[in-house]
Amino acid sequence: MRIPCPFCGLRDSAEFSYLGDATLTRPDTTVAGAEINAALFDYVYLRDNPAGPLREYWYHGAGCHGWLVVERDTRTHRIIAASMPHAESLP
Amino acid sequence: MRYSLTSLLVNALTGHRGWKPQWRDAEPRDGYDVVIVGGGGHALATAYYLAKEHGITDVAVLEKGWIGGGNVGRNTTIVRSNYLLPGNIPLYELSMKLWERLEQDFNYNAMVSQRGVLNLYHSDGQRDAYARRGNAMRIHGVDAELLDRDGVRKLYPFLNFDSARFPIQGGLLQRRGGTVRHDAVAWGYARGASDRGVDIVQNCEVTGFSIADGRVTGVQTSRGSIRARKVAIAVAGNSSRVAAMAGMRLPIESHVIQAFVSEGLKPIIPGVITFGAGHFYISQSDKGGLVFGGDIDGYNSYAQRGNLPVVEDVCEGGMALMPAIGRARILRNWGGLLDMSMDGSPIIDRTPTEGLYLNAGWCYGGFKATPGSGFAFAHLIARDAPHPAAVHLRLDRFRTGHLIDEKGQGAQPNLH
Repeated sequence: MRIPCPFCGLRDSAEFSYLGDATLTRPDTTVAGAEINAALFDYVYLRDNPAGPLREYWYHGAGCHGWLVVERDTRTHRIIAASMPHAESLP
Repeated sequence: MRYSLTSLLVNALTGHRGWKPQWRDAEPRDGYDVVIVGGGGHALATAYYLAKEHGITDVAVLEKGWIGGGNVGRNTTIVRSNYLLPGNIPLYELSMKLWERLEQDFNYNAMVSQRGVLNLYHSDGQRDAYARRGNAMRIHGVDAELLDRDGVRKLYPFLNFDSARFPIQGGLLQRRGGTVRHDAVAWGYARGASDRGVDIVQNCEVTGFSIADGRVTGVQTSRGSIRARKVAIAVAGNSSRVAAMAGMRLPIESHVIQAFVSEGLKPIIPGVITFGAGHFYISQSDKGGLVFGGDIDGYNSYAQRGNLPVVEDVCEGGMALMPAIGRARILRNWGGLLDMSMDGSPIIDRTPTEGLYLNAGWCYGGFKATPGSGFAFAHLIARDAPHPAAVHLRLDRFRTGHLIDEKGQGAQPNLH
């Protein structure tokens, strides 16, 4: 599996670390209330875990040290796209 | 189909044309008391114990492929119960006790071989951790022996004891652990269940659940609808996809782990050895092939195959531990799907839907748990109450904070 890093080009996946699902949004924990626990439980533990395209975070530790959002098909390992995430959506 | 010396002789003299299938390849009926989704080791064991222990024989096992074609045929056949946490040990030890009498129980040669599982340690800190683990095991009545360097040397003189980086200081040995012929486990349970009236339906994929007023009433399949009073899901690897059809999101990610077999060699490794300074484990099959593996690939996958960096990493671990195997050639390697749960421990529990039960999240440790998992799951389905050995394996433990995190890694499945 090789990942097309926007800065470094096509690189071996061994250069990257995996964080996982990039579609999750961390709930706003500065707001008090009981529903925050439910939202945090969802965010920390529950996953869609699709068989098919998945947007996920990879960190290019042996390269540009950038966090990438990679769209990859979990059934075939085919990389569909790789891009820099917007700063505000970083985990 | 039963076997005896007489049947072997008769068939040998008649060109082996008299052997019969071992279980009925059943057609699905309109309805059952219990429908089990999935036809892997855990599902077949569940059906077997439902029939044998609870007298529930109006059961169908629905398998989308064929029996023995999934993870029950893709593991490295190791069985052990060397766990640390009180939530896990009872289930794995129940399983170990069932392994010990399995062949007599279902009258099938599963080649259960208690050849010992040895976990090596390479530092003082690791020795302390293994001493603690061994103590936890013994408190729960599980056998564990902490070996020093000489103790390990007696068992395995060919290991690389003086590796400058990872010298072997000793190991934690569970003598009752070992290996089991994985295919025969599936076949033995399938035959035992089928003989008691369970319908094993192959090439029958579940495509949806019928749920009315919060209660499950049946399943839709690629071969029509089937009514059921109770439905049990045992499809590790694909749990999220199946549970999604019942409106559930699970604390699970699907990952891939690779396994390897070398060409056949003369007997060299009598037991199971794990390398503590990396991740590498190895045993030798009765045919002579070295069966080994290591870390999971570490990214979500449903592909049933992995990538080369892990192949390299596993082989490096092997070479660090026992350079003697360096000239053996790898015959083949393959991947299996894992239900990586968020704390690294399994789930055997009811679901929010009445009559729908879930057996999932076995990570890379499902095979060793096959008998215990089936036994506890059958108990849960039959009596609507958890088996005492599985009371902690709850689905809601992630919400309530009662995690069973053996490795202490937190909710990051690729690190478990």
